Amino acid sequence: MSDKKTEQATNVAAPAAAGTAVIEVKDIGKRYGNIIALSDVSTSVRAGEVTCVLGDNGAGKSTFIKILAGAHEHSDGDLLIDGQATTLSSPRAALELGIATVYQDLAVVPLMPVWRNFFLGSEITKGFGPFKKLDVDEMKRITKDELAAMGIDLRDVEQPIGTLSGGERQCVAIARAVYFGARVLILDEPTAALGVKQSGVVLKYIAKARDRGLGVVFITHNPHHAYPVGDRFMLLRRGKSMGDFPKAEMTLEELTSMMAGGAELESLAHELEKTMGADSEIAQTMKADVT
Amino acid sequence: MTTATVTDERIARTSTVTKLLKRPEIGALVAAIVIFVFFAATTSVFATAPGASTWLRGASTIGIMAVAVALLMIGGEFDLSAGAMTGFTGLIVGVLTTEYGLNIWAAILVSLALALLVGFINGVLVMKTGLPSFIVTLGTFFVLQGIDLAGTKALIGQVAIQGMSNVPYYDSAKKVFGSAADIGGGLVYASVFWWLAVTAIATWVLLRTRTGNWIFSVGGQQTAARQIGVPVFKTKVGLFMTTAGAGWLVGMLLLFTTSTVQSNTGVGQEFIYIICAVVGGCLMTGGYGSAIGAALGALIYGMVNQGIVYSGWDNNWLKAFLGVMLLGAVLLNEWVRKRAETAR
Repeated sequence: MSDKKTEQATNVAAPAAAGTAVIEVKDIGKRYGNIIALSDVSTSVRAGEVTCVLGDNGAGKSTFIKILAGAHEHSDGDLLIDGQATTLSSPRAALELGIATVYQDLAVVPLMPVWRNFFLGSEITKGFGPFKKLDVDEMKRITKDELAAMGIDLRDVEQPIGTLSGGERQCVAIARAVYFGARVLILDEPTAALGVKQSGVVLKYIAKARDRGLGVVFITHNPHHAYPVGDRFMLLRRGKSMGDFPKAEMTLEELTSMMAGGAELESLAHELEKTMGADSEIAQTMKADVT
Repeated sequence: MTTATVTDERIARTSTVTKLLKRPEIGALVAAIVIFVFFAATTSVFATAPGASTWLRGASTIGIMAVAVALLMIGGEFDLSAGAMTGFTGLIVGVLTTEYGLNIWAAILVSLALALLVGFINGVLVMKTGLPSFIVTLGTFFVLQGIDLAGTKALIGQVAIQGMSNVPYYDSAKKVFGSAADIGGGLVYASVFWWLAVTAIATWVLLRTRTGNWIFSVGGQQTAARQIGVPVFKTKVGLFMTTAGAGWLVGMLLLFTTSTVQSNTGVGQEFIYIICAVVGGCLMTGGYGSAIGAALGALIYGMVNQGIVYSGWDNNWLKAFLGVMLLGAVLLNEWVRKRAETAR
């Protein structure tokens, strides 16, 4: 069984031609009873491109990825996968279509070696019946190669994964998803808990995954992380899409001000000016930020 | 674990010694050697074939249980009913054959089925209720102890099985579970061979099979294991059944080596199994440990148990020694774990 699985994994990994839309969402929405968590969201995820989903806490980011990951079914609009209207009923269904999600907690076992973590649940075996045993050398080799292809050069795949840095662990989780047949990778705030340098490392691997022809959905609330790697930006606020922009139509400044809720900030700056005086330090900095 | 195909010029060749020092069982190995040398030097019988025969036999039954308990602990759970199980299974065979005249091999199979059932119940209760296995198996421990004491008395009016050797086909079962081979002037009991076999199989399963990978993962980080598709429920219930099965094996070994079993057999031993597993490198928190280590822990126990007798000391010193051993091992394991997690 496991032998078949690995074969399958390497076959599925063959990516679609760059630029083809793998996932398209059209005016998608989600209602929980009478609560509208998400409405009128449209964007696309293309092979070899990074689609960034930006929004503050409570903007609807997690509802959106749960629809893509198959954890929740959408209630309005259309979800097209390879051009076919689809409803994802479970994470497994999403996985079978090649949509893999890497959550914040990464699903790794800290005390186990890197290679055992990489293949956990999908181990490669050789031999028959009761003498079926793990193909340790093969799994170590694949782990090392796959990580190298992602640009992570590990000295020793035998070391416990807990000894890796947060960024490197994130990358092992990404490499694992890629190896087991992902065409689209959903990354849930991969840089949220990381320092500046580690975030840079993860961004590098996101670019690497993109260059390997995967479509990447990168969820973040930090425009400075999104802008360098993103090809397309979809902004969410209070459950509504503020638009879906290709990189060509957007500068980092525009992105930042939209994220911060530009108009709101401006009125706040005016208010501060009135109450604290136009030349107070806070009002000055606020104004500088907004304009 | 040789890394024949994976070499990297940046790794300075790690010496075999350094590699060995990273194994979880290294502490137990060193302690076992020290203890052997100590008793061999201070007493005259300890290192002779007949002397070794006695402490090997003592270590073997403890060792089989310690190995099974170690697997369970690596999987993140405890089984306090493991000790009472060894008495329970022996009593079932004893009562069914001597009192009700059931065929001895049929009785042995009935006993195995009941043991596996108790293990299954332990596992399902722990997984379905989410209660700590410490509490659930403490419950089964008292239930089994009660059945062993009151049930036996009610059925045969005694607290020990008698007349076992008169049961038909007793010899055929004794050959499997209770015979001994004369090797170099000392008797090596069947239980010693069973112990070696159980340790070898457990080590192979842990390090070289998918099941082993799953055992480490459910003990190390259960939610992660579940997310990634490891059958957590099956793995854990299987571990509880394995421990119960080992309890049955030891029950048979005790019954057919001594040809009797008492109502209180095994009670109080459950903590010794855990101590042996911890001395052998198992973490109390799960996810780390070794079957060979647990076997070595049992060897230490067997050697000290008998060495104290040979030295003519008060036998009760054994308890004090066990306590010191346990604390020392826990401290050592914590240190090793921290090194494993942060090394490099």
